[in-house]
Amino acid sequence: MSLEAKTEQQIVIKQSISHPKESKLKDFLSILMLNKAAMVGGIIILFYIFIALFAPLLAPFDPYEIKLENKLLPPSADHWMGTDDKGRDILSRILYGSRLSMGVGFAAVSFGSFFGIIFGLVAGYYGKWVDSIIMRAMDVMLAFPGILLALAIISALGPGLMNVTIAVGAFSVPLFARIVRGSTLEVKRLEYIDAIRSLGANDMTIIFKHIFPNILSPIIVQGTLRLATAILSAAGLSFLGLGAQPPSPEWGTMLSNGRDFLFSAPYIALFPGLAISILVLGFNIFGDGLRDAFDPRMKK
Amino acid sequence: MLMFIFRRLIQTIPVVIGVTFVVFFIMQLVPGDPAVLLAGEGASKETIAGIREQLGLNRPLFVQYFDYLINIFQGDFGLSLKNSQPVLDEILVRLPITMELAFFSIIITIVLGMAAGIISAIKPYSLTDTSVMLVALFGISLPSFWFGLMLMYFFSVKLQILPVAGWDSILHVILPALTLGAGGAAIVARMTRSSMLEVIRQDYIRTARAKGLRERVIVYKHALRNALIPVITVVGLQFGALLGGTVLVESIFAINGLGRMIVDAIRMRDLPMVQGGVLFASMIFVIVNLFVDVFYRFFNKRIELN
Repeated sequence: MSLEAKTEQQIVIKQSISHPKESKLKDFLSILMLNKAAMVGGIIILFYIFIALFAPLLAPFDPYEIKLENKLLPPSADHWMGTDDKGRDILSRILYGSRLSMGVGFAAVSFGSFFGIIFGLVAGYYGKWVDSIIMRAMDVMLAFPGILLALAIISALGPGLMNVTIAVGAFSVPLFARIVRGSTLEVKRLEYIDAIRSLGANDMTIIFKHIFPNILSPIIVQGTLRLATAILSAAGLSFLGLGAQPPSPEWGTMLSNGRDFLFSAPYIALFPGLAISILVLGFNIFGDGLRDAFDPRMKK
Repeated sequence: MLMFIFRRLIQTIPVVIGVTFVVFFIMQLVPGDPAVLLAGEGASKETIAGIREQLGLNRPLFVQYFDYLINIFQGDFGLSLKNSQPVLDEILVRLPITMELAFFSIIITIVLGMAAGIISAIKPYSLTDTSVMLVALFGISLPSFWFGLMLMYFFSVKLQILPVAGWDSILHVILPALTLGAGGAAIVARMTRSSMLEVIRQDYIRTARAKGLRERVIVYKHALRNALIPVITVVGLQFGALLGGTVLVESIFAINGLGRMIVDAIRMRDLPMVQGGVLFASMIFVIVNLFVDVFYRFFNKRIELN
């Protein structure tokens, strides 16, 4: 290695020692910016968040107001996406619905990740019988196909958006637990954890202050991709009549209503479905991009 | 190999018991007294006490669970609250329909997914590759319940070439199977592509090229065979998603399968039926996973031997 290259490397090392977090963040953001697809995904998500926040200002009509004289109007200059069987403006309902659909998605993933992270950290850190018990329980939860575990939970708790959030969150728990456990196992073997332990740090400090911040990358990637699944599952459950109930403008509920008018007014089902698809696409693209950005092999 | 199958079977037992445990205890979350629920509104205290005694609800929860477990292994899934018929009888009527739907869907998932993945991998980073992968990404993001409705609108309402709903002929199978299989096909396509690309970069493929073998032989005989191994696992996992997906697809296309049975049972608060349906579907998934693992091992072993 030439002297110049060596000096340059030393500078980089020194910089990363003095500002490790900033340089990591910069590094990550620059890679993320280079990933065009991830940027598109990020923009889509930001667009939906904007819509959810400013729905009352953006919606041209009251999403709940019934005007039977306006029922089943096709898309026009007044009603860009038409009206439903009760004369309600579909665009306004979709704008307001973004709050519900995204809210359920975020709440379910937060719930699932919270418990999944705790189980994963404890299993990975303590190992032995603690690990065996927790991970076998997670295996059992993973043995339920698709949304069937969520359906079983809803059958017991009853239909409703809150119960859907719990049910969808519950079937995310084992996925987070597995990923966190794997990452914890890797990090806890590192020398600096031994060093911290020899300095007298207790288990809680090691787990939450030293291991957890170092395993955030896979959690964030998994969280973003799970958001897509959670939004889809929650909308699916509402479509079946087990989540949000009419007259709620939740997208799955709107789609379910649109099914009854598929022959005469297909746009009632078309637009809520498009709204779900584009949002889920955004999270999927962004999740893929995040995975690439966090993957050290991509940093060449 | 036999030892592996035996070990894998032993590992499955705790999972099966765990699934029954979860299903049993989830049903304990039902608010209120199940005996009151069963007796119906306005039932006398004596009737409620009688039901409690009859169903053993007076006994400790774990004793109830062991009874439940023993009953299941004897094929007794309880009686439907709706029509007092054995739950197992209803499941056995509905199951073949769901399995038929799942079978056709998984065929679509495998054929469509692998074909798309191979096309992409042959010319990576080309326009074809980008287009196929973009379609796959859309496929993953589409809600099946919306995709199904749109297919129904286009093929049944507009073109009128396929039936709207029901389960009477092969024509009835096409739309539901496509709806259910499309999402999985997108995932399999992405997996096949990345697996193929990884294999194509290996030294032995370079050697095959250096030997002057035709590209077709390299792709189909050397690359694909090895690339398919990780894809098998994905297909296995997709079967689980597919079983869960039948709940939505059967509701859209009015198919009287297991999925629709579960949804109807939830609506009617027929808890033994929900319990039986979920348990049965989960058992099928556990068995499919077992087969996938054995299959995977078998392929890996052969390749190691070769």
